[in-house]
Amino acid sequence: MSDKEIDDVTGVETTGHVWDGDVKELNKPLPKWWLYVLYATIIWAIGYWILYPAWPTLHGYTKGILDYSPRAEVAKEVAAAKAEQAKYLDQIAAKSLDEIAMDQELLPFVMAGGAAVFGDNCGPCHGRGGGGAVGYPNLNDDDWLWGGKLGDVKHSILYGIRSGHPEARDMAMPRFGIDKILTPTEIADSTQYVLSLSDKAADAAAVKRGQEHYANNCAACHGEDGKGNIELGAPNLTDNIWLYGGTPAQIAQSIHTGRGGVMPHWTGRLDPATIKMLTVYVHSLGGGK
Amino acid sequence: MTMIKRAAEIVPEPSAREAAPGIEQIDVKAVASKAAREAYAARPKIYPKLAHGTFRKIKWAVMAVTLGIYYLLPWIRWDRGPTLPNQAFLLDFANQRLFFGPIEIWAQELYFITGILILSALGLFLVTSLAGRMWCGYTCPQTVWTDLMIVVERFWQGDRNARIRLDNSAWTLEKIWKKSATHISWLLVGVATGGVLVFYFRDAPTLAAELVTGDAPTVAYVFLGIFTGTTYLLGGIAREQVCIYMCPWPRIQGAMFDRDSLLISYRGYRGEPRGPHKKGQSWEGRGDCIDCKACVAVCPMGIDIRDGEQLECIQCALCIDACDDIMTKVGRPTGLVAYDSFRNLDAAAHHERAPLRFVRPRIILYSALIVLVAGLMLWAWLNRTIVEVSVLHDRNPVYIELTDGSLRNRFTVKILNKLHEERSFQLAAEGLPESQLTVLGFPQQNPNIEVVPDNLRALNVLITIPKAARAKLDGPATPFRFVVTDIADGSQIERKETFRGPSNE
Repeated sequence: MSDKEIDDVTGVETTGHVWDGDVKELNKPLPKWWLYVLYATIIWAIGYWILYPAWPTLHGYTKGILDYSPRAEVAKEVAAAKAEQAKYLDQIAAKSLDEIAMDQELLPFVMAGGAAVFGDNCGPCHGRGGGGAVGYPNLNDDDWLWGGKLGDVKHSILYGIRSGHPEARDMAMPRFGIDKILTPTEIADSTQYVLSLSDKAADAAAVKRGQEHYANNCAACHGEDGKGNIELGAPNLTDNIWLYGGTPAQIAQSIHTGRGGVMPHWTGRLDPATIKMLTVYVHSLGGGK
Repeated sequence: MTMIKRAAEIVPEPSAREAAPGIEQIDVKAVASKAAREAYAARPKIYPKLAHGTFRKIKWAVMAVTLGIYYLLPWIRWDRGPTLPNQAFLLDFANQRLFFGPIEIWAQELYFITGILILSALGLFLVTSLAGRMWCGYTCPQTVWTDLMIVVERFWQGDRNARIRLDNSAWTLEKIWKKSATHISWLLVGVATGGVLVFYFRDAPTLAAELVTGDAPTVAYVFLGIFTGTTYLLGGIAREQVCIYMCPWPRIQGAMFDRDSLLISYRGYRGEPRGPHKKGQSWEGRGDCIDCKACVAVCPMGIDIRDGEQLECIQCALCIDACDDIMTKVGRPTGLVAYDSFRNLDAAAHHERAPLRFVRPRIILYSALIVLVAGLMLWAWLNRTIVEVSVLHDRNPVYIELTDGSLRNRFTVKILNKLHEERSFQLAAEGLPESQLTVLGFPQQNPNIEVVPDNLRALNVLITIPKAARAKLDGPATPFRFVVTDIADGSQIERKETFRGPSNE
């Protein structure tokens, strides 16, 4: 018995498959080369297995006779990039900070490199653009706790603030309330005086009382006029820039508990050229002196 | 209703038979027998015969023009000054530029290329609606290069009949050298094709010398190799298989035709009933088709146009030439195979004529779209700026308060100079009270910013408002304009920006 069917309209044989009772398919075989293309891809795959890393084994994988490794390629590219950077890094190592800051040829590299290093190492506390947060100084303004000259900035980055490094900037504000140096009333009066230093609304009688406490306890570091002292890391109290907030409650809190934020030291963690780039970058953020 | 005739109904089932006395021949068939249908079939080779006539001449001309453009375009020079390449048509991927004569497209303006591709697609739709697969039949690279490969083949092996004879003959010395010469020539055409392709991507004279001396980049040799291989394979060997099995366009174009499209058609109303014509026989009561099959012999796709429109037909019009030639010889009017519309063919079957309709909704739509897209592109091109400025407000911090109570905002300003000469620019902030503008790295205020040719300069710009002027700001957000002045001609570019400050002021 033959089940061959011929389609009337086209005269072409059907495949014999029937769908929905009457839908049939003309037998239009694909050209053989389609099949050969499939075989070619299989052969290609085998060639690939031989040449490149392909199959996992118990303790690794087949390496392939070309000994290709994407990891090695990346290492090669990184080495090439490092070699390309070397010409800038050598100059940075040789030049002083002031020279680098004025070098228009070098500056684009320094700024790009500094921004990258800043984002990786400094951003978590100071913010991606150095905007700071409560307790973490804003690096974009011209208010510097420990000095805003290139050398000062570099020193802070190298050794940190209260970081435990022997060269670190170490002064901290005493805990006037906790250590019972001042009574709560005295702290409240001092707070009013500090508010008056930056022309904020304050109770005149309290200011008068606070002035004496200030002269006895605060002026040694913050100065008679409240302008601060970068030698001691004592903030300027006459401007409107507050590291721990400028409301009466926040100021009273600062006097009560004292203040002494910590910044880690970066010497030994970042190489000298990188620290120079970082210094120039931070200095350039807007407030450098 | 079924159109399928069961073969079993025609051939009656044989009644049970005996294979030998007492042994029944079992009524069974091997499912996987050799006779069972194959899923794959060998490709029957096509031997297109050389046609002569109007359309063959047009196709020769199109071939000369398209191949001429392809092979010569990279060699045309265009002076753009000392710093830029002097090749008229160059796809300079290394420097992210495309050069087309006076037009220069940068990477960020690639939408012009998108526009050209959209125009090409719409053009294709329009032509297909008007006159079928003209692109396929005349100008498609696959058609042009296949035609070229057939010319080469004919040169070494002769026309259709000679080629069939040669293929059927035993492997004699003559067959070996004729076949070798053909394949070597095809490979040389491939090398020429691939060799020219790489010239579009790198200075042609330099690269040509490098290719010969072996100093060219590896990627140039790789692409030369790929295009040598594909030209040889697709144009020399695969030919019509590409159009039938690889190209998606034949599937799509079926939706582009309508009953008024001019398609290459066999005028059955005139040709049928077909049959051989004996000398002196009257033409009365019979068709003009003498069934000489000249139209089949010239067809590069191996179809019979008399079967009607088919997926395989690339509308190359060679069957028109072949048939016209025969009609002239037998003294009948030409045009038995011709460009015609379905509507007219149907009308002619009833001895009427349907006039050609070119103005149809889809033609109007495609034309309107082409005009629209071309207009948009022209507008974009005419408004293309030579200097581009982008201003980005720093986000961290949004604003800065300084010790003296002044407010500061930081911006990243990028100036792109697409001119081929250095330009100086001056930055200014307009609409802010007593603002001071400084640029990082420049000691003085409002410095002149030099931007070297063909380059982008990024600047860190600080705008500071003194404490005394803070009261004049519009609270937390004061709108202002960045004005970048080209010092050479005084032209200005403005960008709207906002100066941010604390909200409790």
